[in-house]
Amino acid sequence: MIQTDVLVIGGGPSGLCAAQLLIESGFKVILVDRSPVLGGQLVKQTHKFFGSKEQHAKTRGFDIANLLIDPLLNHPDLEIWTGATVLGLYPDLVATINQNEQYHKIQAQAIVVASGASEKFLAFENNDLPGVYGAGAVQTLMNQYGVRPADKIVMVGSGNIGLIVSYQCLQAGIQVQAIVEAAPQIGGYKVHASKLARLGVPIYTQKTVKKAIGKDKVEACEIVSLDDQFKEIPGTSEVIETDGICISVGLSPSYQLLDMIDAKLGYVPELGGTIPLIDDNYMTSVNHVFACGDGVGIEEASAAMMEGYLTGLAVARHLNQPHPENEQLMKQYTNALNTLREGPFGYKTNVGIEKMKELIRRA
Amino acid sequence: MLNKIGVANKDLVLSRFFDEKTLVKPKAILECYEEIPCNPCSTSCPFDAIHIGENINKKPELDVDKCVGCGICITSCPGLAITVVSIKGEKAIFKIPYEMNPKPVKGDIVSGVNRHGEVICDVEVVRVDGHQRHDRTVILDVAVPLIYLHDFITVRV
Repeated sequence: MIQTDVLVIGGGPSGLCAAQLLIESGFKVILVDRSPVLGGQLVKQTHKFFGSKEQHAKTRGFDIANLLIDPLLNHPDLEIWTGATVLGLYPDLVATINQNEQYHKIQAQAIVVASGASEKFLAFENNDLPGVYGAGAVQTLMNQYGVRPADKIVMVGSGNIGLIVSYQCLQAGIQVQAIVEAAPQIGGYKVHASKLARLGVPIYTQKTVKKAIGKDKVEACEIVSLDDQFKEIPGTSEVIETDGICISVGLSPSYQLLDMIDAKLGYVPELGGTIPLIDDNYMTSVNHVFACGDGVGIEEASAAMMEGYLTGLAVARHLNQPHPENEQLMKQYTNALNTLREGPFGYKTNVGIEKMKELIRRA
Repeated sequence: MLNKIGVANKDLVLSRFFDEKTLVKPKAILECYEEIPCNPCSTSCPFDAIHIGENINKKPELDVDKCVGCGICITSCPGLAITVVSIKGEKAIFKIPYEMNPKPVKGDIVSGVNRHGEVICDVEVVRVDGHQRHDRTVILDVAVPLIYLHDFITVRV
């Protein structure tokens, strides 16, 4: 059994930021990630990020990943395990891990679960045909491995991910046939939508994909109009020729590891669905086990970074060895996080957090 | 229209433009119509001409007297929502952000398009600025017939 002070599960923006402040606080940390590289979803984000200086705004996502990773490399108090999948979490603060077909056990004094999220999928006819992708897969193929996933694509969903990936498809020389959105309005930032509109991409609200058409792979996509109750309006079927259908209809927090140790969960749609209930210090209902980032509520990477820093600080306090600049940093990151959530796009998150607090009070 | 198809209507566009007399000198046109948490335009402006304030969700406002049209904000905006416009005779000179390949070269005549993505005119590329400080976004200076001042938004190469 390997012993460490803190185990951080997940090397995306929140896990990296938590690890950074924990080593600054003097702890021995092991950071594990199932991917071959650290950075989580940042590594495939080729666009410039929103936010403020604190979240590295106007820097491209993959460059932000390097900004967060570089100070951690070769640090004597940090072990980085990549290609390491956490298989199980146990109440005695043990995680079991598979790395290169080797089975490891790590026991820590505290664990940070920064496991991120997984994509939601849509049920429609032939959704298993080759050519139907999740937006994350399209980004991985295009931006990480330089593989063009299709010649043409129909994007389903107009949240920020759907809009950004559509733009990146255009940059990769893929024709974006249409973006369809079931809701009456575009979900993501309008500046993203405007970038696409001016490049000739039609955005259709109140429409969705009904079926993928093709024998061995996607050859076309049938879309239909929806009424205000999201019901299909008969006689509105259109067929769009395409060899790719990209699904971008939201994310679900990955709470499953925390479920294994019976951390209290709750269903809060505003935060993405089932989430672990966490207190003001990002601790779950299981003592010494913390969670942050998209794993506790779907937001932008900018918010995940701020949560990661705050969680790192909270864990250090919990282990009675606060970060030397605890008070000042807590104030700084709390303010930054609150500011990110202050506008209309943060409204949903704030409602979700209130609902989560209510669930904790009732539990 | 903006919320449904991603195209700002004329009134919105005009709310961010300046009269032709003001545009004799280059000025930034901030087509950021929505409260989103973002402020690099403001913090990157060396002339303190773009104001957002403490709450970074507020929309940016241009102090037109302070703006010299340097264009630093163009590639600082993650939303590619800023152009710089000046009027020279019968042409409007637009500085626009461009992130597609292939890049045009100086002297090329390319298609000018409107916010709907429709080709509206030919425009001449007068400068291509791919300096590394723009972080892989290129600034194109293009000469657009003045009648398309409020319609032109980007080019198709």
